[in-house]
Amino acid sequence: MIAVNGQSSDVRAGETVAGVLVRLGLRADTAGVAVAVDGEVVPRGEWPSFVLAEDARVEVLTAMQGG
Amino acid sequence: MTDAIETRTPDRNPMPAAGEDPLTIAGRAFGSRLLLGTGGFTSHQLLEDAIEASATELVTVALRRIDPAGLRAGRGSLIDVLSGAGVEILPNTAGCHTARDAVLTAKLAREAFATDWVKLEVIGDEDTLLPDSPELLLAAEQLVDDGFVVLPYMTDDPVLARRLADVGCAAVMPLGSPIGSGMGIRNPYNIALIREAVDLPLVLDAGIGTASDAALAMELGCDAVLAASAISRAQDPVRMARAMRAAVQAGRLARTAGRIPRRHYATPSTTMDGMADLGPA
Repeated sequence: MIAVNGQSSDVRAGETVAGVLVRLGLRADTAGVAVAVDGEVVPRGEWPSFVLAEDARVEVLTAMQGG
Repeated sequence: MTDAIETRTPDRNPMPAAGEDPLTIAGRAFGSRLLLGTGGFTSHQLLEDAIEASATELVTVALRRIDPAGLRAGRGSLIDVLSGAGVEILPNTAGCHTARDAVLTAKLAREAFATDWVKLEVIGDEDTLLPDSPELLLAAEQLVDDGFVVLPYMTDDPVLARRLADVGCAAVMPLGSPIGSGMGIRNPYNIALIREAVDLPLVLDAGIGTASDAALAMELGCDAVLAASAISRAQDPVRMARAMRAAVQAGRLARTAGRIPRRHYATPSTTMDGMADLGPA
């Protein structure tokens, strides 16, 4: 099971980071978004090619208000 | 003739114009010496209005899990609001408790916002939100090595300020008192010592409650003030943004004007020379 932002998801092993963004309803070129998989940064340029393994933990982050 | 009139204008307006007395951090000049934290504003509209009233050019944001439902509901993205306001983004590492998490968060922020600037926060205590100094220094060193422009949120410790300067931080940002406490500057003496200890931009980062706290920070020799809750949680945030803007300018002017020394006894401001002899009482 692949977790996206701490929630179980329908994302399957073999899908890409870019695919996860599409599932979230985000365009692949959405500004102000960063992705980490298993605690490592996935650079924007690698989103289309980065293939997720079984049990991957995906974090999709953006700007929120904060001091 | 027109020239003569224009050159006299500054006499009637003693506030320095933008660019006249810029704040420079890592080679980047800012006309405003007030940094704004975006936390606590109850709407994007209020944030936008406060940004305008404060005249800030640099605002902090946090990095958190995206809420696609919120975006679809048309709540709009914070990034759009900030780029519309024409301000620079300073990502923070708020909520991180270890050097590892803070470094990773800074790297994610660099990906998200295409900036290598970071307000480095590593929290060591839940009640006071005081920084964890050993973890902070470790994270600062790693981020500087990785090419980041690091602005560390730190305790008001002059020795730590020097250590953070030594590892290559671009500024130091000591607290006046705990985040969001509004207690002002609890140890002005330490802030003055930090001013003497490092030759870096000095930004008073936390604890500001009202305008006089911001003015005091500048009078103590700070180069800038970062305010968040003091503005966003005021009853009228836009009015308080204006107050902070004026206070930072007033404090800066007072600092650069050079205040009179404190004395125990009065010093007459009027000379006794030429005093009339008015005869016996």
